[in-house]
Amino acid sequence: MSFSENNKILEVKNLKTYFYTDGGIVKAVDGVSFDLKVGETLGIVGETGSGKSVTALSILKLIQQPIGKIVGGEIIFDDKNLLKMSKAELQNLRGNKISMIFQDPMTSLNPVYTISNQIMESITTHRKLNKKEAKKECLKLLEMVGIPEAKNRLGSYPYEFSGGMKQRVMIAMAIANSPSVLIADEPTTALDVTIQAQILELMNELKKKTKSSIIIITHDLGVVAKYAKRVMVMYAGKPVEFSVVDDIYYKPLHPYTIGLMSSIARLDKKQEERLTPIEGSPPSLIDLPKGCVFRKRCKFAVEECRKKYPQFVEIEENHWVACHRAGEFLDGSLSRI
Amino acid sequence: MDNNNILEVKNLKKYFTLRSGFLFQKFTGSVKAVDGVSFHIKEGETFGLVGESGCGKSTTARVILRLTNPTSGCALYNGTDLFKLSRKQMFKVRREIQVIFQDPYASLSPRMTIGDIVGEPLEIHGVGNKGYRRKKVKKLLKVVGLNPEHINRYPHEFSGGQRQRVGVARALALTPKLILCDEPVSALDVSVQAQILNLMSDLQKEFNLTYLFIAHDLSVVKHISNRIGVMYLGKIVEVADSWDLYKKPLHPYTRGLLSAIPIPDPELEKKRKRIILEGDVPSPINPPSGCRFHPRCPNAEEICSKEEPELKNYSKNGNEHLAACFFAGKSF
Repeated sequence: MSFSENNKILEVKNLKTYFYTDGGIVKAVDGVSFDLKVGETLGIVGETGSGKSVTALSILKLIQQPIGKIVGGEIIFDDKNLLKMSKAELQNLRGNKISMIFQDPMTSLNPVYTISNQIMESITTHRKLNKKEAKKECLKLLEMVGIPEAKNRLGSYPYEFSGGMKQRVMIAMAIANSPSVLIADEPTTALDVTIQAQILELMNELKKKTKSSIIIITHDLGVVAKYAKRVMVMYAGKPVEFSVVDDIYYKPLHPYTIGLMSSIARLDKKQEERLTPIEGSPPSLIDLPKGCVFRKRCKFAVEECRKKYPQFVEIEENHWVACHRAGEFLDGSLSRI
Repeated sequence: MDNNNILEVKNLKKYFTLRSGFLFQKFTGSVKAVDGVSFHIKEGETFGLVGESGCGKSTTARVILRLTNPTSGCALYNGTDLFKLSRKQMFKVRREIQVIFQDPYASLSPRMTIGDIVGEPLEIHGVGNKGYRRKKVKKLLKVVGLNPEHINRYPHEFSGGQRQRVGVARALALTPKLILCDEPVSALDVSVQAQILNLMSDLQKEFNLTYLFIAHDLSVVKHISNRIGVMYLGKIVEVADSWDLYKKPLHPYTRGLLSAIPIPDPELEKKRKRIILEGDVPSPINPPSGCRFHPRCPNAEEICSKEEPELKNYSKNGNEHLAACFFAGKSF
């Protein structure tokens, strides 16, 4: 496989995905750009409705039509634009070169097929293996993702598995064809913390083994801090900040990121420290305010913020931000508190 | 134990019986959702109850409120056993014990205005006349940070955070003393979570409230609670002051739980050592013998599968630190 400049394996440029509902046009993703490097874990964080899942679904063109539509942008994978591919070409890519782990393992597996049946399906769709070979491969995968006594579990149905075990099966399915990009959309949100830790460790180990790249989508800033190398923060369908983790956590330049960091209840902090929430609630995606989408909740908003939406610019090397006042945070002339 | 306990739960058990068959139902076993839970809450404090799904934390709250009847045990509210009260007496006590539910989408009736929702407890308990109640509701809405003018709006016109404020206003309506909060912020986004948590601690100071705060998110529970009880499979395995619990957890399950929660600090995360607990939480229908945690415990020894450890105090200073583990003393 040939990679374009800087080992970029996937590049999303100015992606726009809108949903045409009775109430109006929902701009779920509105101008998202990022790139994914070979072997890295990229985190996408944001609150409910920030467009992070729709971004993921858009990459695989899994947007429900005709309500949803990708209205603009490019998604470059292996020098080709995914958005211009034919159905057959896409089908060949999904679950093969790019695969996905969905949020809810309880509903993502088909309840009427055995798990080996479902894993074998993803193997035989993309590889010319006979049934016996596929079964062997399936067993290998189940052992790899840590299903105890995998041999006896091949014929089990999803309901016979716990939530964590089901998510392991989903992962086995996703890595069946050693994809180069793995998109995990809230892979552990439906699971208990101790199980979450198991699954995240597993994904991290598998990544090292298979040398794939991971996009992890989550609302949990702790998960991102632990596993991601770079992070994109989204708000109301737009990217607001994108940088390496340390920058995002220790010197955030967007007021939304700053607010997010100070509103988390942290395990390692004494309780006397009061949380500083972001006032108000996220705007409706149908009726976005003019200018900056965050300005109504922003305590740093100035006149300029009302007039025009700030460009998403690279303010220092590898640190992208969309805020008129980011420069002031950067040179220290504006305090973050 | 001191006398300013507002609530004292002793050896609480709640079993749900399982039956099979259609006409002649046979008793086939029971789910031991809560199996001998004891704790106390002092007046004015927040007691947190954490644990993973199915550990019995919500059932504990429901039983205390008598939304479902206990199998055995007692719950003393200011000295009177709630489980021995008649329907009428319980009705009176409910004025003082209120509840905030998890899901702000499901716990508010979509057909009632928020004015009616917040005013309903007042109406049921016959407080004042219509005009007085309306005034009171407006006041309550203001207290929880909503616009009193919105009294005639319906729940669907509000965001998740605002709905939870409505839930809080409803719980406050009868000026209760004790509020049981069952995962009050789990359905909310972090930035909004912080708003509700701050609101709750402000209200606590203003109205001298006592909270039983139930959640699965230990970071949130630790933030708001003075003391925390950790539950595993129907039992409390450790109780301590929240900072002590974080700093020196005694039970291996608490240690695993703490270590499983990633802290939003990349530098710290790189340095932290992780204990990954193996396996899943066993079924409460047929819990493991001895210590219920022994199949997943990294330090389990032979005794753990045979005998059940008691909840004992291991603290040497005044602050009680209880743990149910044979080896808790060693790690202290």
